[in-house]
Amino acid sequence: MEHITKAIQGIPLNHYILLSAIIFSIGVIGVLIRRNAIVIFMSVELMLNAVNLLLTAFSAYSGDAAGQVFVFFIMALAAAEVAIGLAIIVMIYRNTNSIDINVLNRLKW
Amino acid sequence: MNISLFYFVAFLSIFFSLLVIFSKNPVHSVLYLIVTFFTFTVHYILLNAQFLAIVNFIVYMGAIMVLFLFVLMLLNLNKESEPAKSPLLKIAGVVAGMCLLVTVAGSVKTLHTSNPIVLQSPTLGLVKNLGKVLFSDFLLPFEVSSILLLSAMVGAVLLAKREPNDA
Repeated sequence: MEHITKAIQGIPLNHYILLSAIIFSIGVIGVLIRRNAIVIFMSVELMLNAVNLLLTAFSAYSGDAAGQVFVFFIMALAAAEVAIGLAIIVMIYRNTNSIDINVLNRLKW
Repeated sequence: MNISLFYFVAFLSIFFSLLVIFSKNPVHSVLYLIVTFFTFTVHYILLNAQFLAIVNFIVYMGAIMVLFLFVLMLLNLNKESEPAKSPLLKIAGVVAGMCLLVTVAGSVKTLHTSNPIVLQSPTLGLVKNLGKVLFSDFLLPFEVSSILLLSAMVGAVLLAKREPNDA
């Protein structure tokens, strides 16, 4: 365990922020360019994970355990969100026989 | 070698998350997403957040990904049936995402160069310490999250149930 705690020493916090920003942006791009509802859902998971990583990095940086507890709550929320979201997608597939989000334009004026 | 480990894993995270959104087959996307979550677990271990590493491993790679794969297989969508968006929309989406990235990276640049992360207390991310914090400072949110999970379970069952008239 000692050498693991040594390994992280010396990486600037900015690099963690940049990594999280890049992965969050990849998630945003995925939401914007895909039409498959499940892939869009996976991109949302990517965004959640980027935020989780950043919270953990800040928590380790400032020596405050609250950040890691927060990540734990976000994971519980993500599990609930995935269960509900996939149930909705199954429902959509049953009604329209497709999970293309462009089919779902009934609320569009 | 120690420092370059972080950059290597970060490169892998970015590479596999790009593969997630650009692969045509949704099943490949799920598999790449599992690899991406594995690299996140390595990041957590590097930050000495061992509890989060294990929880990430179990919850994300175990539960959530199995759920995704089940739904994909259940709907029989493992063929490349997705109609592509028009190239113009794709380019617009990529440009918008890059603009977001440039904005965030630019605002990070205005900060002065940050100090390197130094672990002040090596026991910060261990189960003992986190459990103490979770059950003293965060007791009420912890209980509320159990209600959240319960309502999610009820909602999922209700939504996925067939309506009686179309069965």
